[in-house]
Amino acid sequence: MTAPAAAPGGAEVQIRGLTRVFGDRTVLTGLDLDIRRGEFVALIGHSGCGKTTLLRLLAGLDRPDGGTVRVPPARMVVFQEHRLLPWRRVWRNVAIGLRGKDARAAAVRALAEVGLADHVDSWPRTLSGGEAQRVALARALVREPQLLLLDEPFAALDALTRIKMHALVRRLIARQRPAVLLVTHDVDEAILLADRVVAMRGGRLAAEHPVPAEATRRGSPEFARLRAALLAELGVEEAADDVTVP
Amino acid sequence: MSRFPHRTVSWLAPLALLALWEGAARGGLLSDQVLPAPSTVVATAADLTADGELPRHLLASLRRAATGFALGAAAGLGLGVLVGLSRIAESLIDRSVQMVRAVPFLAVLPLVIVWFGVGEGGKVFLIALGTGFPLYLNTVLGIRQIDPKLLEMSRVVGQGRLERVRWVILPGALPSILGGLRLALTHAWLALVIAETIGATEGIGFMATNAREFLQVDVIVLVVLLYALIGITCDLLARFLERRLLSWHASYAPGSP
Repeated sequence: MTAPAAAPGGAEVQIRGLTRVFGDRTVLTGLDLDIRRGEFVALIGHSGCGKTTLLRLLAGLDRPDGGTVRVPPARMVVFQEHRLLPWRRVWRNVAIGLRGKDARAAAVRALAEVGLADHVDSWPRTLSGGEAQRVALARALVREPQLLLLDEPFAALDALTRIKMHALVRRLIARQRPAVLLVTHDVDEAILLADRVVAMRGGRLAAEHPVPAEATRRGSPEFARLRAALLAELGVEEAADDVTVP
Repeated sequence: MSRFPHRTVSWLAPLALLALWEGAARGGLLSDQVLPAPSTVVATAADLTADGELPRHLLASLRRAATGFALGAAAGLGLGVLVGLSRIAESLIDRSVQMVRAVPFLAVLPLVIVWFGVGEGGKVFLIALGTGFPLYLNTVLGIRQIDPKLLEMSRVVGQGRLERVRWVILPGALPSILGGLRLALTHAWLALVIAETIGATEGIGFMATNAREFLQVDVIVLVVLLYALIGITCDLLARFLERRLLSWHASYAPGSP
């Protein structure tokens, strides 16, 4: 991983010519991407297009084969699975890795923010899928990261829970204003949450669309237009009105 | 639940069997030389306790078992953790241990007698051998089976190696380690029974061997029952530890079957 350092010009994340090869398969080929401070970028693409690889590189869980990556030192990831330790109570799962005596207080505060003040001392197995994912969100936000990486964190949730999570994430992020990269294959989710949507194909960015404020309301003509454009870029022929990328 | 009182019956059935045994012995159906009545065995136990014989031999057996178990457990657990955590230790140690493990530990009995004679060392060694392997295997397995996603999460939140061992690796391996502990306890007792038949001068196994010479069947039955009791106690101990240490786990949570 390239040394974490603040990138110039307000860019929290600066990626240049990023290449990653697994065996004889090139997953990322010369990818460039900037994310500004406080900007929410959604990354969409088919399964296996390299979007998770990119996220793992940004998280420091993988090393690039070429190019440079500049990221802030304080990074956190919310994964698709909650990844809570079943043998630690909820608040300890939030406070994991925190030092100091006020770790519990910070964890309790973060849990209250995600609406789980009642579950501070519960065991993770007693939580529902949505609650566990909210704990994972609290675990990420309690550290006040400069870069928040979301790896399809809502994909395993039911539709109603997902809508609630979207609202929660928007509210929490508005307060801390980290740079956010959301990896998803749900085009609707990308439009509703992000300031900018980038589509990935064949290991590089294929297109990028700023999301106008009017498009963040489902059912608006701007929403429909942007959605159609993004789906077209992903090579999905929109037959019905409610097609999402698989 | 069903109306049939399963729990009550499951306790009554062995009691009925015991009563049947008592009745058969008193009625002369069972000779005292084959199977003395339970009441006779209890009386023998009381006599032997009163003259201090039974406590002395029981204590000798327990001390022997505890020493062997402690040595075996320390070696098994220690090596298991080392191999589980370090690739280098794994390539150095694991294959050799796996090869030695293929030998049934009781098969080395003649060798143990040659090495240690009939003294205390051989007995302790045999018990340690029976204890060490199951703990080693289960510890290594438990550490290997930890969800790599949790290890990754530990890295993301910035935990160091030591913290990761304490927070993720050891607690994650604990169910498997405790399973190994239960197996190790079983093996330790099995090893004790065998070890005490080879030239012991004290211990409950010696009591049984001695009683055989004088056809004291009641003493032999008493010793057999004592072995059973100790086995049950060990099992209860293992269960208690599991309940205590794995309360986070759904299968061991209070109120679960």
